[in-house]
Amino acid sequence: MEIAGADLVRAAALLGAGVAMGFGAIGPGVGEGYAAGQACSAIGRNPREAGLLTRTMLVGQAVSESTGIYSLVVALLLIFVV
Amino acid sequence: MINGIELLVDGASYLGAGLCIGFGAIGAAVGEGYAAGRANQAASRLPERSGEIIKNMLIGQAVAESAGIFALVIAMLLMFMSFPEGAMSAVSLIAAGLCMGLGAIGSGIGSGFPAGAACEGMARQPSVMGQLTTNMLIGSAVCQTPAIFAMVVSFMLMFIQFGDRAVNPNVAAIMGAGLSTGLAAIGSGLGGGMAAGGSCQAIARQPLAFSRVTTTMLVGQAVSQTPAIFGLLISFVLMFKIFPPSAGIITATALLSAGLCMGLGGIGPGLGNGLAAVDAVIWVGRNEEAAGSLTRTMLVGQAVSQSTAIYAMVVSLVLIFVI
Repeated sequence: MEIAGADLVRAAALLGAGVAMGFGAIGPGVGEGYAAGQACSAIGRNPREAGLLTRTMLVGQAVSESTGIYSLVVALLLIFVV
Repeated sequence: MINGIELLVDGASYLGAGLCIGFGAIGAAVGEGYAAGRANQAASRLPERSGEIIKNMLIGQAVAESAGIFALVIAMLLMFMSFPEGAMSAVSLIAAGLCMGLGAIGSGIGSGFPAGAACEGMARQPSVMGQLTTNMLIGSAVCQTPAIFAMVVSFMLMFIQFGDRAVNPNVAAIMGAGLSTGLAAIGSGLGGGMAAGGSCQAIARQPLAFSRVTTTMLVGQAVSQTPAIFGLLISFVLMFKIFPPSAGIITATALLSAGLCMGLGGIGPGLGNGLAAVDAVIWVGRNEEAAGSLTRTMLVGQAVSQSTAIYAMVVSLVLIFVI
């Protein structure tokens, strides 16, 4: 079977994109889920502060999302740009 | 069979970049999410000071993020820099990506522990917010060391010229070098982070024990970092020893196995040393007079839990030098 070198490069880039986003999705999933669960338990303890606690949860989740965004950017770069 | 084999290096660099950010994104995100969760618990206990608690959460999360940033930087360099041709170069780029990616996991998760514990401590003891932030930063900084080791090895793998070595065993040695530091850094990062989290907890309970607790934390973290240092050592041996050309797969497999052995072998002891340190640190805070006895027991216990990392290093060295 003849494989062109350029095809192999493209194949590697696509594999890298998949690995980047695939593994990269693990962390934000776990971290944001934990934050959400803790927010619920915190609201259970103190329901009057639900607004503050929800806002804090969203801020914390946004920070946790950041590395997932890095993975998404690298994956898109690997698919479309390089 | 493959036309244009010289483009192999490009493909390898893209795969390496994907592995790097893919793995590297895990740790920081988990650690930051953990910190956010604990911060929210703290805010629910003490809503009036939630502003300061959230500020502390963001600072702690920023330190946890740094491991992810290292991985992003290495991934970008891998994607956009040009590297010399050849099979050695290709494998070294994949190894560099794996090394940084795996190495960022432990430090990212580990730095989340002190951030979370500091936020909880602030709700418990608002008067020592400054001390808690200080201790959080000291502990997190030490916790980032394995990620820095991984970044150093990654840079070496990317920029050292391996091209003039015999492909047959040296290609496996390079891959082993990347795996050795990358995997061993996972346990050390987690362990160091746990110890740091314990210290923030202890200070919130007993602010006057600040200096004893910090000392115990630093001692415990130092021992926790040792598996990462063993991994770094094996990586250096694998990168800097030029292996003579060999026929067949025995030597190559032995070198790859040496890297895997030290890398995987560092995970458990690093974590275990952290488990020993966290309770020692918490109880030094609760019972300062017993600090000497606690530190001694922690060190003895850590020495025993370190033993399998030493076995792994011995086996690695046997695989490198005897086979």
